[in-house]
Amino acid sequence: MQLPDAEALCAELIKRLRPVVTRETAMVGIHTGGAWLAERLHRELGLTVPLGRLDISFYRDDYHKSGLHKSVKASQIGFDVAGRHILLVDDVLYTGRTVRAAMNELIDYGRPEAIDLVVLVDRGERQLPICAQYSGATLAVPKGAMLRLARDETGTLTLRLDA
Amino acid sequence: MPNPQLNAAGELTHLLTLEGLPREVIVHILDTAGSFLGVTEREVKKVPLLRGKSVFNLFFESSTRTRTTFEIAAKRLSADVINLNIDTSSTKKGETLLDTVDNLSAMHADMFVVRHAQSGAAHMIARHVGPDRHVINAGDGRHAHPTQGLLDAYTIRHYKKEFSSLSVAIVGDILHSRVARSLVHVLNILGTPDVRVIAPQTLLPTGVESLGVRVFHDMRQGLADCDVVVMLRLQSERMRGPLLPSAQEFFKYYGLTPEKLGLAKRDAIVMHPGPMNRGIEIDSAVADGPHSVILPQVTFGIAVRMAVMSILGGT
Repeated sequence: MQLPDAEALCAELIKRLRPVVTRETAMVGIHTGGAWLAERLHRELGLTVPLGRLDISFYRDDYHKSGLHKSVKASQIGFDVAGRHILLVDDVLYTGRTVRAAMNELIDYGRPEAIDLVVLVDRGERQLPICAQYSGATLAVPKGAMLRLARDETGTLTLRLDA
Repeated sequence: MPNPQLNAAGELTHLLTLEGLPREVIVHILDTAGSFLGVTEREVKKVPLLRGKSVFNLFFESSTRTRTTFEIAAKRLSADVINLNIDTSSTKKGETLLDTVDNLSAMHADMFVVRHAQSGAAHMIARHVGPDRHVINAGDGRHAHPTQGLLDAYTIRHYKKEFSSLSVAIVGDILHSRVARSLVHVLNILGTPDVRVIAPQTLLPTGVESLGVRVFHDMRQGLADCDVVVMLRLQSERMRGPLLPSAQEFFKYYGLTPEKLGLAKRDAIVMHPGPMNRGIEIDSAVADGPHSVILPQVTFGIAVRMAVMSILGGT
């Protein structure tokens, strides 16, 4: 199937976010694809609060079924979350479970003023009542297929579909 | 014979000894521990992984530090922790170890942290419990103390990055030390080229060379150009008969002083599993000095125990 151009979606998100962000806006990317996208958005939008990264492995709701993820990275939140407006960034929004885990983890750092969700692609099929405030595209993807972001050595972002 | 610590899928389901564990299992634990370190710096110092699970601390032998750090680790994973004070428990009334375990299993224990004076006690419990229960050996006799070995390895990796060029000296009461045995195993698995033990003949187990270590009786020779010095506690409570002339005599030959430490590399680190006997195996000037990483070891120990519990609990 024809996948949208990730770079074009990224440019569109930057255009829509520019009027929204302030000096106080913080951004947090979810490992791994979300962190890549967040790095790009953070740089292009010229945000001054240091970029945060979350690995949600310690908050997954399938731990008791699937165990601990094999390569857990340390979450890094280098700013005070309390009272902050946070843009939470992921590459693909699907069941909503990752976002639920990420929100729980963020709130363990403090009570943010608000969290907005930014995603490159919304592929629907939600299992939790979660929606994105900023989404680059809506795309129907066959069930079971894995849609993810890839980044090459030049830093170019592309969407990949793994059957 | 299959490794009793691994399940059919090759995942770690009990932690009984480091001997024979695959390198990737150990590296996974150390990497995961690194991710847990940051949790303790947040406003909420907990993650929800073991929420609704019960961890039973079964300490048949006294311990403050190890029991407390296991308790903190379990609580930071959101588990309920039950500490059994064995001195006042049913074993004193004649109940066997396995009957105790069966009763606790009937109370829905999910994980047992076991310290026992008898080597093999944790293995026995692990063989006995059902497939959904996990056992962590927190020290069995002179045999093994795997989480201590792992936290020592974590500490060394934290300061020295790579094991492939290190000289590590373990000094003192090797004979009674499960800490030394677990450390030697993990250092070998992680590919440390030069592991030395330094002790008088009376405090070395027979055939210690077969563990893959170089033996020194002279501390000055043994410490030469070392990267890591691990001091062990003189375990006088386990000593039967005159293994040593006196504690003062021991300090003279095997106590770590600034002068002896000067023979090691300039950036050498000094470790000790605690509790320390100042003036017996280590001089205060070293214990509190710039080479000492004894307190960071304690902090890393919590993260390492969180990693072990969260990996076991997920299998």
